Amino acid sequence: MSSLLPKASPGAGAAVSLENLVRAFGSVRALDGFSLKIEPGEFMALLGPSGCGKTTALRVLAGFEILDSGRVVVDGVDLSDVNARKRDMGMVFQSYSLFPNMNALNNVAFGLRMRKQSHSVRQKKARELLEMVGLADQAAKYPHQMSGGQQQRVALARALAIEPRVLLLDEPLSALDAMVRAELRDQIRQLQQRLAITTVFVTHDQEEVLSMADRVCVMSRGHIEQVATPAEIYARPSTAFVAQFVGISSRVPVQVSDQEVVIFDQRCPVRSGESRSVTGAADALLRPEDIAIEVRADGKGFVTRKSFLGAMTRLIVQVGDLSVRVDVRSDVGSDIELGTRVEPSIVARDVLVASPKEVAIPDVDAP
Amino acid sequence: MAPLVGEVAEAENEVVPSFSTGSSKRRRRVRWWRGVVLVLAGAFFLIPVYAGVKFSLQNNEHHFSFQAYESLASAPGFTAALTLSLKIALVTMVVSTLLMVPTAIYVHVRLPRLRRLLDVVTVLPIVIPPIVLIVGVLGVYPLWAKSSPYLLSFMYVILAMPFVYRSLDAGIGAIDLKTLTEASRSLGGSWSKTMWRVILPNIRPALLSATVLTLALVFGEYTMAQLDIWQTIPVWIAQFQVSSDGPVQVAASMIGLMGTWVLLLLVVSIDRSESRRNRKKLRSS
Repeated sequence: MSSLLPKASPGAGAAVSLENLVRAFGSVRALDGFSLKIEPGEFMALLGPSGCGKTTALRVLAGFEILDSGRVVVDGVDLSDVNARKRDMGMVFQSYSLFPNMNALNNVAFGLRMRKQSHSVRQKKARELLEMVGLADQAAKYPHQMSGGQQQRVALARALAIEPRVLLLDEPLSALDAMVRAELRDQIRQLQQRLAITTVFVTHDQEEVLSMADRVCVMSRGHIEQVATPAEIYARPSTAFVAQFVGISSRVPVQVSDQEVVIFDQRCPVRSGESRSVTGAADALLRPEDIAIEVRADGKGFVTRKSFLGAMTRLIVQVGDLSVRVDVRSDVGSDIELGTRVEPSIVARDVLVASPKEVAIPDVDAP
Repeated sequence: MAPLVGEVAEAENEVVPSFSTGSSKRRRRVRWWRGVVLVLAGAFFLIPVYAGVKFSLQNNEHHFSFQAYESLASAPGFTAALTLSLKIALVTMVVSTLLMVPTAIYVHVRLPRLRRLLDVVTVLPIVIPPIVLIVGVLGVYPLWAKSSPYLLSFMYVILAMPFVYRSLDAGIGAIDLKTLTEASRSLGGSWSKTMWRVILPNIRPALLSATVLTLALVFGEYTMAQLDIWQTIPVWIAQFQVSSDGPVQVAASMIGLMGTWVLLLLVVSIDRSESRRNRKKLRSS
């Protein structure tokens, strides 16, 4: 008998279009005109703080939330009024959602049973999927006999068993410890790429997003702040919120004139996009790697704190009233003592600026 | 720095033994009290049972005998009363389950904010005396309803509600019902299949204990049955007033009591044998 595992084929994943979704809970609009297009086979991450509406968007897509208005379209078909059980979407939940009364094998086979597949097909496919997630030897175990990481892998196999059009992952790694999380993260990404399945992944963990997603949708208060690749989101945040939420930024008060700002006596162009509309007093948001330092006895700043981060060392440099974070290679950082005078300079080709009211980044108090 | 380390080490050396001695003394004291409480509670429950069993195992000459139990089956009205009680119990259990299981599940999944209200509502049958309930019902219900013994079943559903709802609520609360339901639905499970294959197997112990509690209630309820003029087992026991057959009355009570206990033990053993079977399956795999 040949393998029954889901196979990747060009264009196998479904195209998803969320159009102007609105969902309110009382006076709170969890989704406020949310629109997003996801390409077939794409791994899209929804990232944002708690209460930004990312889980609501996922649940709307799964069919667990009723929309106030808007449309959910998958492969050109409007699914807004289609029952969750008829949407063909596999979901992995944050809490271990395996059925406690079934062993791993029967959990994986459950969706196939609901689809009235024969016993032999169910068993064979479930075994193959368990093998695929590295749990072939755990088939007879019940959820309470497995670790959290194993349970989530079974849940992933169960979601894949029905060959879903879209795979939905609702913070599936958040309850796991760091090592298991990193391992499972790689496994999910590998499987997703192998099967070319359209995947929507909800998380508030930046590291997960930056390492796994094809594109990231950063959300705030029910709407989209920016949709871009992880590299773009990190290097070219289009709003102050994104700069604040993804990665670490230092805030430097500046005066914008002629689309330029002066930082550390250096003229820097303002980044295109939202920044261009800002004039007058503003805040520049600088990544640690946007700033370089040179050890000089007459330097304008001095090092007040340093933290070893492995390959890099993060320094807190005091320049006048300002504190900024600067990353240097650890072999360089190890030679820099606290109190060393340094000359900071901007190495970024342009800088993101925002009105002070938009920026809620706390002053530098931790590396 | 050195003296500080020395001080800490010294302090640890002093404190640790005295702490462990104190805690072991405390543990012994707790264990002793636990034993006393257990013996007192055991005596409180078992002495009346012992007295009942002893009395039912005596003949008229106060000698040991199974005569009371032997004559039970032939005692006038006993079989009919037992059959009626069983029928009423069965209908009560079925109605109670059909009504309360979906209600408890629906409230947990869809209307969690109503849980507090339901907690209060389901306690009402304990606050309202059964005599008030049955007098009201008999005054209002039509004759055809009053002439059926199964009216009692519906009354007992209300009486059993606090026990049934609380038992189910605890069972449902022990599982992540919302996520399990959504997982099943996303995999294509209909509501009926989700209920049958996912929810009910996971709340089975709660369901079984709710059922046994209902049975125990039906076999112990006297007021309503007596006022509705149906001779259930408790009514039969009270009405079987042939003085020489006092032990027969007590034997009937003992059988009811033992029957409930046996059922409770069955519930526990079904649950245990299931876990044992799972362990065996795991070992053999």
